[in-house]
Amino acid sequence: MSKDWPLWEVFVRMRGGLSHKHVGSVHAPDGELAVRHARDVYTRRLEGVSLWVVKSADIVASDPAQAGPLFEPAESKVYRHPTFYDIPDVVKHI
Amino acid sequence: MPSLPTIQPEDEARADGASHEGVFDAPHVETHAKDLFDYALRLGDDSLILGQRLGEWCGRAPALETELSLANLGLDLIGQATLFLALAGEVEGRGRDADRLAFHRDVLQFRNCLLVEQPNGDFARTIARQFLFSTAQLALFEGLTRSTDPRLAEIAAKAAKEVAYHADIAADWVVRLGDGTEESRRRMLAGLDWCWRFVDELFQVDAVETRLVSTGVAVDRASLRPSFDARVAAVLEEAALPAPVYPRAVVGGRVGHHSEHLGHLLAVMQFLPRTYPDAVW
Repeated sequence: MSKDWPLWEVFVRMRGGLSHKHVGSVHAPDGELAVRHARDVYTRRLEGVSLWVVKSADIVASDPAQAGPLFEPAESKVYRHPTFYDIPDVVKHI
Repeated sequence: MPSLPTIQPEDEARADGASHEGVFDAPHVETHAKDLFDYALRLGDDSLILGQRLGEWCGRAPALETELSLANLGLDLIGQATLFLALAGEVEGRGRDADRLAFHRDVLQFRNCLLVEQPNGDFARTIARQFLFSTAQLALFEGLTRSTDPRLAEIAAKAAKEVAYHADIAADWVVRLGDGTEESRRRMLAGLDWCWRFVDELFQVDAVETRLVSTGVAVDRASLRPSFDARVAAVLEEAALPAPVYPRAVVGGRVGHHSEHLGHLLAVMQFLPRTYPDAVW
């Protein structure tokens, strides 16, 4: 039965103010039931206050074969981390 | 083996007219406490027996998602049963707690409606049973939140939120199965057909409940029927299913006259605590 259903990716907002985080996936015949399934599978222990589901097929992913060109150039660019600045004492959060 | 004749409403009326004094060692407590005990048992047993039925789907549901979903509903119901049966035990005042009432009564002492003890059948029949029961139970619990007995009102307020979800997800499934494939529609129709004869009992009001309604403790079940019918009609229409044709009602659960299925359910449910009375987790 579930093999006939499309796969949906599930995102849970743990608390108000936090962003939705990917937690896993469910099978469901449509979006509404995917939300219900996500509720029953991923929030039964009070894990969240909001749910998103999106069809897995609708996600556009980067190509693993292109991982080199896509991600490796960032390796040698440590200066992109904001660790080379003196932070004034009055600034608490940055 | 020949079946016992089906118990009909006129038999019920005759049984109700008979004196209960001295029958089955009925405790001589004042009428209100006795009525309230009975009412709490009815509410608790409905939830307990349906919860047990839903638990039977563990390891057998059509998909992991539906399995968890049915188990969640079942656990909600068993939670409600615990509260209602604890209240029943408190009202009775003979030292029986929720577990004692759940696991150490025999079939004739159960007060659940016949619908909840019906076998699961296929997924569609389970959904039909859930949709009809939860829709009625939701209206009942919403009314009970205004009960003059604060203990009932409190349990109902907590349970109504759970049951609102049960009624919604079951209705969703009725629509999807009814308006799905040829096979799912056939199964949904068969599931509903199995259940229709047990619906009238959900709205039956006997002498016990009439007295409790007059003091504002219980909800008049009969008054909930029009909104139930309207909701059922709306969901069936969305599911492209024909309107129900109710057959002659089968009743009796509220006075312990159960179908042959309940004894089998109890045998499984009660085996462990009866065989190993001191077993602990």
